[in-house]
Amino acid sequence: MKFTEDHEWLRPDGDVIVVGITEHAATQLGDVVFVELPEIETQVAKGDEIVVIESVKAASDIVAPLDGEIVAVNEALTDTPGLVNEDPLGEAWFFKIKVDDMSALDAFMTEDEYKDHVGA
Amino acid sequence: MSRRDGGDMAETGTATGVDPRQLPLRALHAEHGAKFVPFAGWEMPVQFAAGVMAEHLWCREKAGLFDVSHMGQLRLPLSADAALETLVPVDVLDLAQGRQRYAFFTNETGGVLDDLMIARRADDLFLVVNAACREADIAHLRAHIDGVEEIADRALLALQGPMAEAALAALMPGVAGMRFMDVAVIEWQGVALWISRSGYTGEDGFEISVPAEMAEAFARALLADDRVAPIGLGARDSLRLEAGLPLYGQEMTPNISPVEAGQGWAIQKVRRTGGARAGGFPGAKVILDQLAHGAPRRRTGLLPEGRAPMRAGTPVFDSADGGAQVGTVTSGGFGPSLGGPIALALIEAAVPTDARLWGEVRGKRLPATQAQLPFVTPGYKR
Repeated sequence: MKFTEDHEWLRPDGDVIVVGITEHAATQLGDVVFVELPEIETQVAKGDEIVVIESVKAASDIVAPLDGEIVAVNEALTDTPGLVNEDPLGEAWFFKIKVDDMSALDAFMTEDEYKDHVGA
Repeated sequence: MSRRDGGDMAETGTATGVDPRQLPLRALHAEHGAKFVPFAGWEMPVQFAAGVMAEHLWCREKAGLFDVSHMGQLRLPLSADAALETLVPVDVLDLAQGRQRYAFFTNETGGVLDDLMIARRADDLFLVVNAACREADIAHLRAHIDGVEEIADRALLALQGPMAEAALAALMPGVAGMRFMDVAVIEWQGVALWISRSGYTGEDGFEISVPAEMAEAFARALLADDRVAPIGLGARDSLRLEAGLPLYGQEMTPNISPVEAGQGWAIQKVRRTGGARAGGFPGAKVILDQLAHGAPRRRTGLLPEGRAPMRAGTPVFDSADGGAQVGTVTSGGFGPSLGGPIALALIEAAVPTDARLWGEVRGKRLPATQAQLPFVTPGYKR
C-alpha cells in the first residue's frame, strides 16, 4: 500500500488501484455525514477533485492521485458515510481507478514515509 | 484530501496576522483532547476527543460545558438605560432588576450590527456581546454612553442541557429557583459568580461569568460530575442551528434586518409604532415599517431531501431547473439529533411557505422542504 501527501492510501488490486483516506485524515475530518462519489467510467486527470466528503462542520475533497478511469465506487458510503470514521483503511474505500501504468505507484510514499510526513 | 471550505464558523470574524488570544481554560481543554481553531481572534476548542456528533447528542441528553470566554462582557451604569435604548429596538427601561433581555444593535438602514444580552442587576447593566463584534460594540457604546466598562478579567462558561440545572445546583443550590432569562449573583467558594439562566443551544441551561483565576477550579468542579462533558464550538453551532437560533454574521448582518432574520418578536410593543417609546433607534423607520407591512425577505428552515448538506452561501431556487434565485442559505450543516442535513435560508418573502425549494450544491439542484423553526423543541424553563 502507498500513501499520498493528501492523506490518501493507494492499494493495487490486479490492474486497478483502490483509493481511500488514512486514519489520520479520517480523524482530522471528524464525523463524516455525507460522501459524494464520482460516476463510474469517468476519465479523471491527476489532481481533479473527484470525491466530496462532508463532515458535520466542513467539506473536503479527495483528488485523483493519477490520470485514469474510475471503474468502481463504494456505494456503501452513500448510505453509511460513518464507515469512513469506523474503518478508513478497510471497508471505507472510495473508488477504484484504472491507470495506464501501475508502476506510477512507485512514486508515492511508503507507510513509514507517510508516518514521517504526518509526524506520527 | 483537501479542505474545500471552512464550514460556517471558521471564516467568521477570524483575525488574520495577529496572535490569537488564549482562553483561561486552555490547559484544561487540551487535557480533554481539544482540537483548537482560530476564531474571532481567539484560539478556541472546536471539538474535544468525543467529536462534534457525540458532543452534540450529549448536550441534548445531559449537560454540556462550553467555554465562551471569547465573548465580550461589558458593564454600564444603571443610569445608561435610556441611552442604551437609543441604540437597540428593545425595551430596556422596563427591564426588571434580575432579568435579562435579548437585543441587537441596529444601523441606519435597519441592519444588525450585533446581537447581545442585556441584564439589569442591582448596581449595573451587564451586557454580553459577540466576540467578533466586541471592539466595534464598545466603540459604538462609548460614542453614546459614559462609563462603559469592558470586563477583561472574567471567563464565561455555559452549561447547557436537560441535566444542567441538577449539575449546577449540586455546586450552588440557589440556581434551581431561577427561571429562563433570570440573572443572579451567587457565591461559590466565597467568590461571586454572575449567573443567567440562558444559552444558545435550545436547551435549558446557564451562562456563568467567573473570575479568570478561578475559572479552571470551577470548570473542574463541574466536570467532576458524570453528567457534564466539555463541548466545543462545532457542536455549539450545530446545536444552535437545530434550535433555529440565528447567529450574527450568518442570519443577521448589517444588510439583514432583525425582521427579515425572524427576530421581530424581540422588539417589544412599547418600541413599535403606537407604543409609548416607539422608534428612536437607528433604522427605526425601516424596521417599524417592516414590522407593520412585512419585510422583503424572510428566514426559513430548510430540510434538504437527500443527505448532502447545504452549506452557507448555497443559492436557493424555486424550481429544479431555470428560474431565478429566490434566496441563499445563511447556515447549513448536519443536525445530529435529526440525523440529516438542515439549513437556515434567507428567501424572498413572496415565496409561499409551503413551496418546495432547490439548493444548488456543486452545480446540482437538490430539493429541500421548508420547515418550521425550531427543528428541535427547546427545553427552556420559563
